[in-house]
Order: sequence, then C-alpha cells, then structure tokens
Amino acid sequence: MVTTAPASAPGTGTGTGMITGTQAPTALEAELARVAGAVPDPELPVLTLADLGVLRGVHLTGPGRAEVTLTPTYTGCPAVEAMSADIEQALHAHGVPDVTVVTVLAPAWSTDDISEEGRRKLTEFGIAPPRPQGPPGGPVALTLAIRCPHCGSTDTELLSRFSSTACKALRRCAACREPFDHFKEL
Amino acid sequence: MTGTDTTTARPAPALGGAPARAALALGDDALVLAQRLGEWAGGAPVLEEEVALANIALDLLGQARVLLSLTGDEDELAFLREERAFLNLQLVEQPNGDFAHTIARQLYFSTYQHLLYAELAAGDGPLAGLAAKAVKEVAYHRDHAEQWTLRLGDGTDESHHRMGTACDALWRYTGEPFQPVDGLGTDTAAFEPAWLDSVTAVLTRAGLTVPDGPRTGAWAAGAGRQGLHTEHFGRMLAEMQHLHRSHPGATW
Repeated sequence: MVTTAPASAPGTGTGTGMITGTQAPTALEAELARVAGAVPDPELPVLTLADLGVLRGVHLTGPGRAEVTLTPTYTGCPAVEAMSADIEQALHAHGVPDVTVVTVLAPAWSTDDISEEGRRKLTEFGIAPPRPQGPPGGPVALTLAIRCPHCGSTDTELLSRFSSTACKALRRCAACREPFDHFKEL
Repeated sequence: MTGTDTTTARPAPALGGAPARAALALGDDALVLAQRLGEWAGGAPVLEEEVALANIALDLLGQARVLLSLTGDEDELAFLREERAFLNLQLVEQPNGDFAHTIARQLYFSTYQHLLYAELAAGDGPLAGLAAKAVKEVAYHRDHAEQWTLRLGDGTDESHHRMGTACDALWRYTGEPFQPVDGLGTDTAAFEPAWLDSVTAVLTRAGLTVPDGPRTGAWAAGAGRQGLHTEHFGRMLAEMQHLHRSHPGATW
C-alpha cells in the first residue's frame, strides 16, 4: 500500500464537507480547471478528466498555489495517483508552481457524471457507455438493452459483471459475435 | 510518490475513541476479505472469475484504505498490527476453500455489507460519505455472489453438493456481523431480519436448504470484533505482512 492522496485527512475524506461555502470560481480558476480537465484519463485516454466528471474544482489558495479537488470513480480506483500526477504536471506547465490534489469521496461519483461528449467518445472507442440511472438509491438497472458499440445491435449478452477494470463489465454481441466492454452503471 | 500529500507531518487521525474503533472494524473486514480474494489470483476456475474476484478485492481494498486512514497510518495498521489487534469478523478470515466456499462467504458478507453501508449512507455519521460511495460497489459484489449461488446450487449434482456444504460450513459465522459495534452509530441487529430474508430467498431459489445450525458458537460470539480470531487468520496475516516487516518501507 503506497500512501496516496489524503482521502481521509480531516474534513476531506468522508462526510459532506466539500462545496458548502464555495464561491464562484474566478476567471483564472476557470482557466486552470479547463487545463486540469483536459488531462486524459490514464486508463481510458480517449476521455478527459472533464468528460469523466471526476474533476470537482480548482481553487487558488494563494499566489501560485492551487488546490485541485478530484473524486475517484471507484473507492479503490488505482488510476487516482496517476491522475493526480498528471494534473500537477499540466498545471505546473501552465505556470502554477504549487499544486495540491485532494481526493474527496462525497458526493459520490456516478456514471451519470460522464458527459454526453464522453459517452460519444466511449462508443467510438468500442466501449458501450453506461445507461443513465436517474436519482440514487434505486436498484442496479439491468433491464434496458445495451447496444453493441461495433455493429449497433441491441442483442447483446453479459459474459461477466467484472472486466478489464473495476468500472467495466464484459459483454458479447449476438449479432456480430464481438466481445466488448460495457462501462457499467454506478 | 506523486507528491499529492498535502502535508509533510503526519496529520492527526480524523477519528478517535469508539468511532475510530468502529471504523477500524469495518476497515479490517474489507482489508482481510480483499487479501483472501486476492489469493485466487492465478488459481480461479476461469479467467472471467479471476478478474471478477480481483476487482471485488480491489473495491474492498479501496474501502479499507479510506477506513483505516480515518484512524491512523494505513500501512502501519495493515502491516504492523498483531493478530489480536485486528477487529474483523471471523467470517471474512475463513480460508477460500473451494470456489463454492468463497461464493458462500461472499454471499453472506456482501449481503451484510450492502445493508450496513446503505444504513450508514442514510445517516450523517463520519462514515456516511464512504458508505454512500461503497454501497454502489457492493451492490455488484452482492449480485455476483447471488448469481453464482443460483448457478452452483441449481447446477450439477456436484456443484449443488459443494454449494450446500459451503453454506453449512460458514453458517456459524453469520451471527457475529449483527452483534453491536460501539461507536458505529447504527444498530446492526436492526437489519438482521433483512439479511436473513435475503439469504433465505437466494438459497431457496438455488434449490439449497437453509442451514439450521447455530449462527454463532458459544466460544465465538462477537469474537472477531474483540480481536479473537480463528486458527487460519494468523497464517493469512503472516503472508500478508511478511514483506513489509522484512523490508520496512519497501515500494515498487
């Protein structure tokens, strides 16, 4: 276990501490958020962190000092450390020498946070995007058809609930017989 | 190191006293089960299951890291505590056995953990944020265990026999999860009926007999949570901890 971002430092790990009292971002903060948001996801490089919806905000805490708030897709997502390093690098290159990346868990990330653009890119990349879920608390949705990203058929079957990464399930298309990953709803 | 730490000095733990002990208990459940599931790597019946069990282990490890970090240094807690300082349920430390035993353990535990996290997520305690996130992950673990229980129980004579044997063997550890945990801020006994209903429904659908033995031994009541563990646990810890103890601070 390598120590990671202080997901559990007082006031950041759990609970609902974030967002309350947050002011509207300044123009520079918005610009830095665009730079951080343009960083590609280390496991799915077709998506940016903004597409994935894991970037929660960038705040300037002093001259040349920025704090970036990031939320993991899954609690144990191993990509968080790489994302943090990539964000730091991108902001350093943009002239911010002192960058801190803080991981927060609440409010919990959901696949509904993936942008429309992100869904389109996933399909193009051969991964069936997650279905919309609506409000949290409902059961795992398993009824709507999942479309094959290769041929578009809705006649697909589940091979395994867990695939190459925690966030994907493995399916096969009955029409074109190709197996494919499905970004499963969370 | 990626330089993401905000502090150079070690921050004070977010929790102390009974709430810290409760967080540690849940963190130990997740850590120990993650280690057990990780033991399947390279030996699962099919590749898809190898990947599934590793993914479930990864989710649990992520939860364990957050929970342990609320109470102190995660590495020290995971790798430098003695057996009697671990507060996990005896259920999660039970050996993998055959695949049916692993699935029975998953069914019993993930049903409990799903109900527990849903309960914690609905509250406003210090674990609510983690629970709200983890409950969605555990929903998939529970579904995975239920589907396999149905498939094995309602499969061949051999798989039916093995699944039944596994469910019977682990039944005696299913009372402990519902013992009270100081500092948790939720009454674990309150969702025991929901657990029993759910497990009964799955076993019945799978064509299996719901075990009728005691759900705790006289010697075992609440034991894991008090640091009393079964014989298998020491050996599991030895394997989990030896690298860190032999090479302190090792990374890769």
